[in-house]
Amino acid sequence: MNKELSNTTSSTDEFIKGLWKENPVFVQVLGMCPVLAVSNTAINALAMGLATAFVLIMSNSLVSLLRNFIPKEVRIASYILIIATFVTIIDYAIQAISVDLHKNLGAFISLIVVNCLILSRAEAFASKNTLGKSILDALGMGLGFTLGLVSLGLVREILGSGAVFGIPIMPDTFQEWVIMILPAGGFFTLAAWLLVFNLYKQKRNAL
Amino acid sequence: MSDSKTITPPSNSFKMLRAMAGIGILCGLLIVFTYEGTLPRIELLRAEALKEAIFKVVPGITQMQPFAYKNNAFVPAEESDPDVVYAGYDSEGNFKGVAIVATGQGYADVIKVIYGYAPEQEQVVGFYVLESKETPGLGDKIEKDPTFLENFTAMDVALNPDKSGLENRVITVKKGTKTHSWEVDGISGATISSRAIGEIINQSASEWAPLIYQNKTAFKSIKNE
Repeated sequence: MNKELSNTTSSTDEFIKGLWKENPVFVQVLGMCPVLAVSNTAINALAMGLATAFVLIMSNSLVSLLRNFIPKEVRIASYILIIATFVTIIDYAIQAISVDLHKNLGAFISLIVVNCLILSRAEAFASKNTLGKSILDALGMGLGFTLGLVSLGLVREILGSGAVFGIPIMPDTFQEWVIMILPAGGFFTLAAWLLVFNLYKQKRNAL
Repeated sequence: MSDSKTITPPSNSFKMLRAMAGIGILCGLLIVFTYEGTLPRIELLRAEALKEAIFKVVPGITQMQPFAYKNNAFVPAEESDPDVVYAGYDSEGNFKGVAIVATGQGYADVIKVIYGYAPEQEQVVGFYVLESKETPGLGDKIEKDPTFLENFTAMDVALNPDKSGLENRVITVKKGTKTHSWEVDGISGATISSRAIGEIINQSASEWAPLIYQNKTAFKSIKNE
């Protein structure tokens, strides 16, 4: 594990690790608040994932650029300031894109500030690496987070509303599982995905 | 001792201050630029959403005109007026009803709704939720549940004999027990949210309906720009 994290890793590895090997949702289990709360439909999950990815990319780049400028005593405060700024920007941007989308994501946009995934990438990666690597890392982690959210969102929307991205796909006789769009459904779905992921990993390691 | 204390290491705190202030200014500028850049579009979208809602809650209208209640009379509203109601007219310019925005506390947060009031029939003729953070899957049924929305297609909000308030209080009743046209048939699983809607409409209608009813001649004509 340590070998893979050392500075000799290639750029593609920096990108791929967020998508798969260190996926924020399925492996690191970080940023669970939005994962559980806004994954009730696939479109909400996608929007939330992309918003988080944007904040991650921008804050990682800025932290990486300023890494020699920020003294270590005030680094956390500086990171939070930078993250909060980009969250505010994406909040305005989403309002400008669609009122309905903003209505659905609501309070969870502001909560991206305290998403530990973003702070952990700033602290553990961007503050120690070059701009290029930090952007690749953020891209990988951001897309990995989006992938995780959409995986949950799809399952919850199909079972809870009988639809995919708002398009009904189930027969009329299908009885929606209301619990799936409630918070409890988020936990069930996350647990199921973690089960699948870990089973797969165990099988592969056993080979 | 005092000598050694007066010499503080300046570089470190200066660096910290410089970093925090520098980042603060940079972030502040970024936010201001984004705010200024997106504001016109956000306001446009909000106004569009409101306009769409007005045409939804007063059926059959094709034009509308905002009115403000000033000095005991309804006059065409200006940009800055608070508490505006929107009068709706059909394609021949006949006055059909008024759309009124109302707010009140829901289960999760403040709910903002708009409803249509037709003074001729003394009825609520349409209803739409503008803003709500009610629980997805339960409380948010107030936005889309067809049987719940059915309540507001012809709801009786007749005035009392001296025209000072509503004859019957608008009230949400348990699902399936609605017997009068001024009652709101509740939603099971969204008791608090559906009750809140009844309360919001009751409060807003008892305030606006007498005013609008007594001044309905003020709305007769539409000002065409």
